[in-house]
Parts: sequence; C-alpha cells; structure tokens
Amino acid sequence: MTLTATKLTIIEALNQAMATEMERDERIVLLGEDIGKNGGVFRVTDGLQARFGEDRVFDTPLAESGIIGTSIGMAVNGLRPIAEIQFAGFMFVAMNQIVSQAARIRLRSAGMYHCPMVIRAPYGGGVRTPEMHSDSMEGVFLQTPGLKIVLPSSPYDAKGLLIAAIEDPDPVIFLENIKLYRSFKQEVPPERYTIPLGQAATLQEGNDITIITYGAMVPVSQQAAHKLQEETGASVEIIDLRTIWPMDEEAIVNSVTKTGRAIVVHEAPMAGGVSSEVVSIINDNCLYSLLKPVARVTGYDTPFPSPGLEDNYMPTVSRVLNALRKTLED
Amino acid sequence: MRNDELEIPYQIMDPTGKMQGAMPEGLTDQKLLEWYRLMWEIRYFSNKTVALQRQGRSTTWGPLNGQEATAIGMGAPLQPQDWMVGSYRDSGAYMAKGYPMSALFYYTRGFSVAPDLVGPDKRCLPYQIVLATQTLHGVGLAMASRIKKENAVTMIGVGDGATSEGDFNEALNFAGVFKAPAVIVIVNNGWAISTPRSHQSAAKYLVDRAVGFGMPGRLVDGNDVLACYSVMREAVERARSGEGPTLVEAITYRHGAHTTADDPTRYRDPKEVEYWMGLDPTRRLKSYLVEQGVWDEAKDKAMLQEVENHVNEQAEIAYNHPTPGPDGMFNNIFEKLTPRMLRQREQLRHELNLEAEVR
Repeated sequence: MTLTATKLTIIEALNQAMATEMERDERIVLLGEDIGKNGGVFRVTDGLQARFGEDRVFDTPLAESGIIGTSIGMAVNGLRPIAEIQFAGFMFVAMNQIVSQAARIRLRSAGMYHCPMVIRAPYGGGVRTPEMHSDSMEGVFLQTPGLKIVLPSSPYDAKGLLIAAIEDPDPVIFLENIKLYRSFKQEVPPERYTIPLGQAATLQEGNDITIITYGAMVPVSQQAAHKLQEETGASVEIIDLRTIWPMDEEAIVNSVTKTGRAIVVHEAPMAGGVSSEVVSIINDNCLYSLLKPVARVTGYDTPFPSPGLEDNYMPTVSRVLNALRKTLED
Repeated sequence: MRNDELEIPYQIMDPTGKMQGAMPEGLTDQKLLEWYRLMWEIRYFSNKTVALQRQGRSTTWGPLNGQEATAIGMGAPLQPQDWMVGSYRDSGAYMAKGYPMSALFYYTRGFSVAPDLVGPDKRCLPYQIVLATQTLHGVGLAMASRIKKENAVTMIGVGDGATSEGDFNEALNFAGVFKAPAVIVIVNNGWAISTPRSHQSAAKYLVDRAVGFGMPGRLVDGNDVLACYSVMREAVERARSGEGPTLVEAITYRHGAHTTADDPTRYRDPKEVEYWMGLDPTRRLKSYLVEQGVWDEAKDKAMLQEVENHVNEQAEIAYNHPTPGPDGMFNNIFEKLTPRMLRQREQLRHELNLEAEVR
C-alpha cells in the first residue's frame, strides 16, 4: 500500500495523530468540554467520537480541575488520557492538579505509579477571542518540574510531536497556537512518525545572527528574517525550539557560538519566561562568542490585553526586524 | 434511605456496646476481635508517630485517634483489586486495606514511598496533602475501571473541611455523570483545624449534597464499626455491580490536635472533647466483646502490649530501611531525566563531596 502525503492544517494533523494512535493503542481516551459530537470548539477532535465510541471520546462537565484530576486517576489506572482544556487561559483553574499532582505522582509514589497523560490546550492571541482566552502560559509550566512542554509551529511537527507526547510515560503539556491552527497547510505523511521531545529544529541556516523562537512567532520571525536578508543580505539562522522542556540547549549553543548574535522571540510575557531561560543558557555557554547583547522580543509584562489592543501587544514583524537590525549593528 | 428522614446517623451498636440492630451478615466474634486489635494498631501507630515527632525523628503528623471505626469500615469491604485514596488522616483506612504500617512510618520519617516496604501494589495512592484533590483522582481511577470493564471499586476518603473545596464537588459531579464505581466517604470529625463543621456548610448534613449530584447518600455513626462496615460494604457492592457511586458521611471525632503543630485547646471546649471521648469507638467494641464473653481485662492488657511491640517493630523496620540517598530528589521525576537534570545531579553530588571535605 502506498500512502501519499496530503496537505493538512495543524488542526487536521493533530486529528490525524490522535486517530492514528487511538487505532493502535486502546488505552487512549479523549476527554474535555464539547470534544465529542461537536469535535471541540476548534474541531481538533472532529469525528473521533463517531469513530471510537463514547467510552473513548467523551464530553465532561464544565470543570477544568475535574478534567485534569480524573485524567490523573485514569492515567494511574492504566489508561492514556488526552485531556483537552478548551482554552489555555482556563488551565489556571486546574493548576493544583497539573503542578502539584500530575507532575508529582511518579515522585510521590517513588515510581510505583506514573501519569502518562497529555493535556492539550489552544493558546495565544491574534484572533480576537474574548479576554482571558489568549494567555501564553508556557513560562508558568517551565517553572514546574515534572512536566514536558510542547509548542508546535507547523502541521508536520504537530503530528509527530503529539504522537511522541502520547507515547511519553510522563505528563506533557501540549500547547496549540490558535492563530496557527488554520493559517496554512503543509504536506503531512499519513503514516505514523514521531519527533522526539526536546529536539529543536533549525528552520533555516545562517551565519550572521540567530533567532530562537517557537509557536506563532515562527512565521513572524521568518518574515522578519526574509526582509532583513532583502535589505542587508544578512543571513539569519532560525531555531524553532518546538519543546521548551526539555530545552534543546545544544541547538541554541551551537548556533549562537557560530553566529555570535541572537534574539529570542515569543508571545508570552518577558519576565522569568522562556526568553530569560534562553538568554541564561547563552550566557553560560556562549559568552566569549557573543558580539552583542542578546535581544528579546516578547509580549509585555502586562496581562494579555483585550482584543482591541492585542495587535499592539504581540511581537510583530517590524519589532523583530528592529531587534535584528539593532543586534547586527557593530 | 434519605438523610432527612434520619434523626440520628445509622447505628447498629450504641455507645455502650448494646446491639440496636442486626449483626451485619458474615461478621463473627473472631472478625470483631481482629478489628478491635486493628483499632489499637491504628491508634498506637499514630501515637508512636507523635512520639517520634517530639523526638525530632518524624515530620509534622496529624493524629488519627478517634476515627478508627470509620477507617475500618472503609478498608474492610475492599478486595485487593480495589483502589483507595485519602488524606493523611485516612492512614487507618489504608492499614485496614492492608497497607503496611512500616511503609507509613517511612513516609513520616521524611521520605516518599518505599516500594520495598509496600511490597506488592496495594492500590493505595500516596495519601493526599492538598485536601480534596484526591477525590478527583479516585473518581478517575474508578472511571478507568469502568472503561476497562474491570471489577474494581475505588474507596475515597475526604474530611468535612475539604467538602468545601471545588475539587470535592467536581469529583461528586464526575462520579455521578460517569457512573463511576466509587464510594466517597466524608470522614466528618467535626473540625478542620480550628474551623467547626458548621462553618463549612449551612446544610444540616454534608451528605445532603448527594441529592444534588444524583447519587444516594448515607449518614452513619462513624464511631460504630458495625454500622460503618455495613453501610460501606453495601455501597461497595452497589458500585461493583455497576449501579454507580454512593456518598457516605461518617460522623466521628478527632480526639487530638489537627497536627503535632496544633493546640486544640485554643478553639475547642473541653466539655465537647469529653463528650466525644465517651463515644470512643474502641470502648464501644470492647464493651460488646466483653459482654459476649470473648474478651476481658487480662486479654486486653496482653493484647495492648502485643500491639505496642508490633508498632515499635514496624517503626524499627521503617527507620532502618535504606534512604533514597542524598541526591534522591532527582529520583522518579521523569522516566528519563533531562540532560539538564543529569548535570544538576552531578553538580549536587560534587557539592556534597566538597562539603564532606570541608567537614
């Protein structure tokens, strides 16, 4: 049988990943709000209840802590739950279950029990969702030992990373950028494949400056790099972290050692977040290669604003371009 | 049985040890003697932990004294494939399910679980610290049993204070909606540290909440081991036969402090404590056994000595058990540690060696 790759959106790739895995592993169950007949508010689980039945794909009461708390119990008792939280901003309701419980059951039971579960949640701004729907929470989870945190930026990666997350023996937070969900299609092989958690991707090679980014800031960074190249001919290396824990320190260090200049771009607030971590890694490992201080282009240290102001909050191509220019000055 | 029809919680044996109802089917004097001894094992385990804490050898501890009948009622009806989750004050129920006392001592010594001491999986999750959280885990365990079509029931312990938490209410709701084979037991000991039961809810009985979540509720005298066993066995059988969850409220009392760091004389009337001491579950069962002619003071004295020795031995086992090692905080975070964590562990080992040199 020959299978040909079809062009899929991230939503379709995620759906295919779950269907592929549910077909081969009957321990996998999907739960969340409106994920059954409705297929989720973004349709990521579209058709899965009809295909796999109501015992394996089920709607829950409207209760995020309940979704995560019962998923922990199911994971300990031999299932592989994939819990959908309707919007990442609603995960705050379930923080105890995520941070103190899911992330620690292996530790607290000295390995007698573990928690192989995936928590999927749409995150990020730019599509005019009401307030509290757009938070980027990865920095909060970065401060939570015991979790792995994945943020894919393309359909191909989304499928391979989700399958890797599902087969991971520990809890994985899988954050799906809302703006990227349907923004483009990409060829995705229909067969099963995985992308290891903790491995960054070098999206384009370059010698003059490195952009370290992930999620929705990948296309923004790519556009900025393209403009810069047109303007100045500078060659830009772009690293998509893909997972922020474990973080691919080697990829960061190798690139920045080569280019000597770097900027970090993400949508989440600046303080104590992923960019702080990346800058520290560069500081620890690449100080003598650095030609300029590392710049950060991030969301501001304010709550994510109401939709009317969100365009001014999120890093734009011009903000990234300015940071690139400034970091390239001698 | 609806709660509002009850004037007093369900009782089989009154505080003087007189039978007010029929002996639950299958219970023999032999079984009751075992339970009587188990009550004292639970109490002496707790007392020993308090003593160890006073010597600086145990972590802060929450005494269990007074709640032994409820604990046995929770643990005794369970089978090995059944699950149990509870908080620290449900340790007695864990013991009644067969969880080894030495493993509990090891935890209060200041380490997470020692699998060697637990032995074959007892299906008891590490007891919960963030109260009410465990109720959702328990319902999830039960939901998985149902999905996998396994014949297992989950027993869930929660205190009266924790019923105010959102997680408790979410757990009851999920249990009802998904017909989880679970029994949720509110161990109502009257106090959440210094906050009285009346301050947690305006409802007359906490079990009244069962109605709102679409499940039966049973109110039981938590100091009557026969009533506790009877009610909980029925609820376990109900869950096992696929009829769904039951909420039970067991009315009992915390004889001592909330923890070794608490002083209950600041907030409890001594007369109230005295009243409940009169309802001590051990005294009730002992009166019955003496009345039956199968027990006497001499036997009691000898048994208590045996229990004390046994408890001391169990503590010895725990305190002689190997510790995880000075870098044990890196154990069991992930199946495989990340490169960063491996480097940090190396760094810690290095620093500990340096400290040893300085010493």
